[in-house]
Amino acid sequence: MPSMTLTEKILARASHRKAVQPGDNIWIDVDVLMTHDVCGPGTIGVFKQHFGHDAKVWDREKVVIIPDHYIFTADKMANRNVDILRHFAAEQNIKYFYDVGTPRYKGVCHIALPEEGHTRPGEVLFGTDSHTCTAGSFGEFATGIGNTDAGFILGTGKLWVKVPETMRFVFHGQLPPYLMAKDLILAVIGDIGCDGATYRAMEFDGDAVYALNVEERMTLCNMVIEAGGKNGVIAPDQVTLDYVKARNAGQKPFTPVFSDKDARFSFEKVYDVAKLEPVVAQPHSPDNRAFVSQIRGTKLDRAYIGSCTGGKLTDFRAAAQILKDKTVRIDTFVVPATSEIMAGLKQERINGQTLEEVFLSAGAKLGQPSCAACLGGPSDTFGRLNGPLSCISTTNRNFPGRMGHKEARVYLASPLTVAASAITGVITDPRDHL
Amino acid sequence: MQKSITGKVYVLGDNVDTDQIIPAQYLTFNPAVPEEYRMFGKYALSSVPPAQAGLPKGHVPFHTDDEFVSPYKIIVAGRNFGCGSSREHAPIALDAAGIEAVIAEFYARIFFRNSVNGGYLVPFESMDRLCEKICTGDELKIDVAGSKLHNLTTGEEWRLKPLGEVAPIIEAGGVFQYARKVGMLKE
Repeated sequence: MPSMTLTEKILARASHRKAVQPGDNIWIDVDVLMTHDVCGPGTIGVFKQHFGHDAKVWDREKVVIIPDHYIFTADKMANRNVDILRHFAAEQNIKYFYDVGTPRYKGVCHIALPEEGHTRPGEVLFGTDSHTCTAGSFGEFATGIGNTDAGFILGTGKLWVKVPETMRFVFHGQLPPYLMAKDLILAVIGDIGCDGATYRAMEFDGDAVYALNVEERMTLCNMVIEAGGKNGVIAPDQVTLDYVKARNAGQKPFTPVFSDKDARFSFEKVYDVAKLEPVVAQPHSPDNRAFVSQIRGTKLDRAYIGSCTGGKLTDFRAAAQILKDKTVRIDTFVVPATSEIMAGLKQERINGQTLEEVFLSAGAKLGQPSCAACLGGPSDTFGRLNGPLSCISTTNRNFPGRMGHKEARVYLASPLTVAASAITGVITDPRDHL
Repeated sequence: MQKSITGKVYVLGDNVDTDQIIPAQYLTFNPAVPEEYRMFGKYALSSVPPAQAGLPKGHVPFHTDDEFVSPYKIIVAGRNFGCGSSREHAPIALDAAGIEAVIAEFYARIFFRNSVNGGYLVPFESMDRLCEKICTGDELKIDVAGSKLHNLTTGEEWRLKPLGEVAPIIEAGGVFQYARKVGMLKE
């Protein structure tokens, strides 16, 4: 048997082959399909058009529907789209539908998926969102697709894919307290460029990766798409397995896979994390890297902490460490990714204060769990940049217009850097405030 | 598939991402509804920074504010066209605006897949950096089978990369039609 990478092994198994190699075009079986309110209506339209109005999805327990994008808005069309999901979920008896306005409502799909037990090592997950790659942090093949592909899967449970080459990124050493996974992935994207991994898998390895908690590993895989990557992946360890087993929806059996020792990687880069610095991606591209130390003092109008990339409990814990007993100097928006994280903000304490109290007493505004202003959205979206403002954000993209206004300038950084900048009003090195 | 595609070209630069192609605020329209599908054409390319819109000069509108369809039929762009989101609304917006083909140096993966599998437009790859050699408004003719591009305005001719392994899907008209052809889906 030829040696294979983790990604190749998953794709081989999903295509019922002994082995695959990069470049092979194969049909694979899908374990989970996720969709949300922005791409769900179009996906449902494609499904009905091609399989008939009365068609049934291939497996009602493998379709996960998580409205998360445009939720807390008065926009009638956006609300209509959630209604379309609601109607479809009822009609198809979809088991995992996290409806708005119910106790099941979750928020951002990429964080909701693992929290609700839909990510398992060795599986194939497709989602109608480019940041579906986040779930690769659980040792599975996970990638984003469009409505047509998703409509095809709804009817067949299958999709054709091209087997990607795998690039390997190894992080060694002890992560300093002023760095987070966000700094690591921004460093990688700065090194290889926003097309450096196009059509390829990105595998992360090394003791510094395995020292990260589950949420930080998700941050690493979340942004592989910002380098053009097809999927990001981290082989599972005990930390992964403990998390997955505690949450596994339906207690589905799964089989972890690992890259062979002599697997072929198309590229390899090794980092010593102790030598890295806090990183910022400047406007208007995630690969427009600068070290915080190079652009400190840049004037800002707003700070934003949220999204699938930077709205997890670990992110808020980090930000609160800096914002504790301080006051923000610019408008600062805090948006937990999910309802579980929102509950965490009310429970977890630093020196007696809950994280929520830390943020509110610092003068930050707290929003409801959803994608919110990460991608702009309807004009009444919480935190949206409705003017040509400069914003430092824990989110994942800063292309022109991404957070709302076409002339807004968005700087991407870690929650530590964003929090430090919020209290000074200019881009600030977190080392000055830890 | 058409033998050739002829029309006026609109030229863009590198890393034209899906937020520039169709800003997120318009994703509330449902492409499965024909009247709403049209709306994507109206807002296509509405977030491209003016200086990069219609190269080499820039500041050339893709269409006027109240038009749903653009006078351009072909887009020529640089590297990594369609990067960013997985939103299929991006190729849909270009299709709704009347674009039949894009010629870029290479594409972001999901945009390429969506264009091919949805059958919205033909994503050609160029051998040369054409976004610096062709001007917005030039009349182009793409010889699809011959993988050639003729600039009818200047008389120049360029080779394009063959469509390769996705040609059968493009020829079939999309992934559903292709799957039926190869027996993956019943008629």
